[in-house]
Amino acid sequence: MPSRFPSRILPYLLLAPSVLIVVVFLVVPSIQSLYLSFFQTSPFGDRMIFVGLRNFTRLFRSAEYLNAFWVTLIAALIVVGVGLAASLLCAVLANQRIRGSHLYRTLMIWPYALSPAVAGTIWALLWHPTAGWLPYAIQALGGPSLNWMTSGNLALVVVSLAATWKMLGYNVIFFLAGLQGVPRELEEAAEVDGATPFRRFIHITLPFLSPTALFLLIMNSLYAFFEIFGLVDVMTKGGPGRATDILVYKLWRDGFVNLQTGLAAAESIILFVVVAILTVLQFRFVGQRVFYQ
Amino acid sequence: MSTPAMSVLAGAGYRIRRQVKTGLTHLAAWGTIFILALPVLYALVMSTLSFQEAYRFPPSLVPGRHLLANLQEAWVHINMGRLLFNSTVVAVAVAVGKMVLSVLAAFAFTYFGDFRGKWLFFGLILITHMLPLPVRIVPTFELITRLGWADTYWALTVPFFASATGTLLFRQFFLTVPHALADAARIDGAGPMRFLVSILLPLSRTNLAALFMVEFIYAWNEYLWPLVATSSDRMRVVQIGIKTLLASEAQAAEWNVVMAGAMISIVPPLLVLLLLQGAFVKGFALQQEK
Repeated sequence: MPSRFPSRILPYLLLAPSVLIVVVFLVVPSIQSLYLSFFQTSPFGDRMIFVGLRNFTRLFRSAEYLNAFWVTLIAALIVVGVGLAASLLCAVLANQRIRGSHLYRTLMIWPYALSPAVAGTIWALLWHPTAGWLPYAIQALGGPSLNWMTSGNLALVVVSLAATWKMLGYNVIFFLAGLQGVPRELEEAAEVDGATPFRRFIHITLPFLSPTALFLLIMNSLYAFFEIFGLVDVMTKGGPGRATDILVYKLWRDGFVNLQTGLAAAESIILFVVVAILTVLQFRFVGQRVFYQ
Repeated sequence: MSTPAMSVLAGAGYRIRRQVKTGLTHLAAWGTIFILALPVLYALVMSTLSFQEAYRFPPSLVPGRHLLANLQEAWVHINMGRLLFNSTVVAVAVAVGKMVLSVLAAFAFTYFGDFRGKWLFFGLILITHMLPLPVRIVPTFELITRLGWADTYWALTVPFFASATGTLLFRQFFLTVPHALADAARIDGAGPMRFLVSILLPLSRTNLAALFMVEFIYAWNEYLWPLVATSSDRMRVVQIGIKTLLASEAQAAEWNVVMAGAMISIVPPLLVLLLLQGAFVKGFALQQEK
């Protein structure tokens, strides 16, 4: 504990702005979400009717909502699986003791600065059936003719890959930091003992990186669940059909387009449960760390 | 049978093998960088084409000559100047707001002993991690409407001023600052605020820069809240402008113009990243590993 300033009022004054913002704009609205989730808007939209848990039972019986859950889970799996593998590869390459590794680092982390909306726009172009270069290249190489605007499965994969790409820079930053914690002596000793680079990577580097990987797993899941709304909105608007209708997109549609406040609030509460689970996992397995929303 | 000549040869072989290995590593690194950059490179090429060239088959990979025309059209079509101004105001305000509030909170948590309610407030600020916008979006929207903040800068900035990330970051850092500094300041007659401003803040430069980078980029890229909280063209931010460009009245998207607009929109956050990435790695990522 550092030394103290003998002031009784000052700490409260210092905390007041943060606490005020948190209570007014975060805690109270969240409690209101819970409250609203027990109500439905009347058919004329003029009053709220108490319906108990009916919003929740309605959601879990609705094929549309279950679909949104699946879509989000698949997107999260792709973002986590492909994202962690690709960014680990980038980080290992940028971490080699070669000239220019500083430049390499910068050239690998810049996608962090892109927004989901911009990433989505660029990938929508890349895969565009006529103006896009990828469908053309795939077909020219003897592959099938791909149109992500009509194929739901492909659309979900493209949306997820765009989201993954945007997150690579973030992951590389943290993997690079993790790699710096791997003791060089250990790697050199293994090298002297004749361990191949592959074995050194599996038996020395990976165990040291596992806390970082767990941290990134949680951050990437949170990202896939909560941060890719803009990407979906510019790329597909949840379509074709409902193939890319992630939970937050459906929540926005119900709350702000269909004006079903109670239903949207219930969806908010279910999302809160998702964050709560991920946060508990975070504290249980990764420990309390500073992290970025 | 080993002769000096042979060991020289063996040494040369080793050196060549090592050089080949280093060369391959460079090659792999550049290959990865190229693949990573491909989408943006294609977007850059697209932003230099005319509308006809954009839909030519097979798709062109050669830059055209219409970059300036496209930039100009994107700029005029969505009033880009205004959007960039709005995004800058919002991103700077959110980043600075979060820096100020979290420095003050972290200072309270580290230099005033165990005052009553300390851990309650600490938990309250930490819990913001569990309340991302989608969890509270409908009531928050109703709140800013009631406050008369709909479609204003207030709505886009003030609700984001608190930062659990920043509070934890600065708290962790303040705990590592030697006690002697505060003692010396007190003996010299400096009050707590004086100590904070003249001693603690200059020491926190790296952390301040790191937090600024993260929060500027975060606020610049935010999409859902500006979509919900603003309605007039005057208050729109750049992210929403890109959507407007994509959905313009033309039947086929004018990809050349859309990409020109998208390229303009990524310049400010990229600049912030390039300038402050060193601080970010030092002040943030490395701290995770403690």
